Amino acid sequence: MAKKTHVTTTLNGQPTEFLCEARQSLLEVLRDTLHLTGAKEGCNNGNCGACTVLLDGTPVVSCLVLGVEVEGKSVTTVEGLADASELHPLQQCFLEDAALQCGICTPGFLVAAKALLDENPCPTEAEIRFALAGNICRCTGYDKIIRAVQHAAERLTLRDGILLAKQK
Amino acid sequence: MTEFEYAAPTSVAEAARLLSQAKGRAKILAGGTDLLVQLREGLRHADLVVDVKRIPSMTEIRQESSGSWRIGAATPCQQIENHPGIRSSYPALADAVRIIGGWQIKNRATLGGNLCTSSPAGDSLPALIASHAEGIIAGEDGSTRRVPMESFCTGPGKNVLQDGELLEAFVLPAPPAGSSGAYLRFIPRHEMDIAVVGCGAMLAVTNGKITAARIGLGAVAPTPLFAEQASQGLLGQVPSRDIFAQAGEQSRAIARPISDMRSPADYRTHLVGVLVKRSLEIAFRRIQGESIDPLHHSWTAESSSL
Ligand code: FES
Ligand code: FES
Repeated sequence: MAKKTHVTTTLNGQPTEFLCEARQSLLEVLRDTLHLTGAKEGCNNGNCGACTVLLDGTPVVSCLVLGVEVEGKSVTTVEGLADASELHPLQQCFLEDAALQCGICTPGFLVAAKALLDENPCPTEAEIRFALAGNICRCTGYDKIIRAVQHAAERLTLRDGILLAKQK
Repeated sequence: MTEFEYAAPTSVAEAARLLSQAKGRAKILAGGTDLLVQLREGLRHADLVVDVKRIPSMTEIRQESSGSWRIGAATPCQQIENHPGIRSSYPALADAVRIIGGWQIKNRATLGGNLCTSSPAGDSLPALIASHAEGIIAGEDGSTRRVPMESFCTGPGKNVLQDGELLEAFVLPAPPAGSSGAYLRFIPRHEMDIAVVGCGAMLAVTNGKITAARIGLGAVAPTPLFAEQASQGLLGQVPSRDIFAQAGEQSRAIARPISDMRSPADYRTHLVGVLVKRSLEIAFRRIQGESIDPLHHSWTAESSSL
């Protein structure tokens, strides 16, 4: 059997350890070893974005990251978006705005969109389309996805505004 | 993917030692956006993969006392795009790394990887040529040598790196006074495609005359090209659309494109003229303080100071 490496990482905020072969992608490790099947394998060659996760806060395609590379780093998958009591506003808006059909692209869009809104809370439509250009959807025609992200951005800024007002 | 060993050295010396021990059976992993695809598809093979992203000198951007900038070869494109010093000093490079791929790819893909893949259509290469960049290559014995960007690639997928050598960083000289630049790429859609033709330009203007110019071309020959004659022809001239068009004509003369599914050869040659003229114009307008986004610039209904 091939040699396995012991990897320590922070996964969705939790310290996590796993064993993997050098040749295994982060996507394989997430899905097959850690049983987090949110990230999807669309193309397995970096073209579709369905496997998008955050690596130290920035979106990457996990099919083009080796599992051994995440030693000491933090990884966020779509499973890390919602908290125990409610969906992330992006997830809620994707549902309300019917921004998914088959759903295979959805985890990747959600994770990339979260990274965008973390960095730029009020993006223009062009900025949203530019940031999500690495995610492919073969069902929705994109418009509903863009609108759901705009909608979530409004909700998040409203929520953060209320939180700020309460703190004052 | 077939099995391989993985190492993540923390110094160039350690990496060089691993590479020389592996005697040509090691591959360097930077962003992985080319290498991991090729390993998976069986296009390349490795017994050892050497991850260079834990080597500080290969992942940092810093200005040297001479005013030149040093960019680690394993620095992700997104970090280069975000860097205020790079954006203001080398707009052509900032333009190029911005459109090199989607966000996920830009967070991983590196300048060194783009260069070492040595595709004739690599987006960063014409911009690096325009920026007068050199690559610093580390050898097995601790030595280093410098190679100008226009001499790095020797053919499609081929370059000057020898077994055991490692591209460590890029050095970009301080931009000349009164200079700016641009990178333009023609693709048949808005985004996310491989260049039919790419053109990087750098222009400096002092007292109304052109004092420095460099034009780099991509996807029109087996390697990226420095349009030397066209660049030198601009020196001493007063910037104008006609002068820029002339540089475009001269650049067409060195294009030796192929026909493929992206474009017939004669259309590529035509595009060289157009992109050289337009990238010089954007560079000039940026020198004058205009803020131009090449992705959203309309070339119809022009009004400008030119
Ligand atoms: S599965 Fe990773 S980009 Fe498609
Ligand atoms: S919902 Fe089917 S691919 Fe996007």
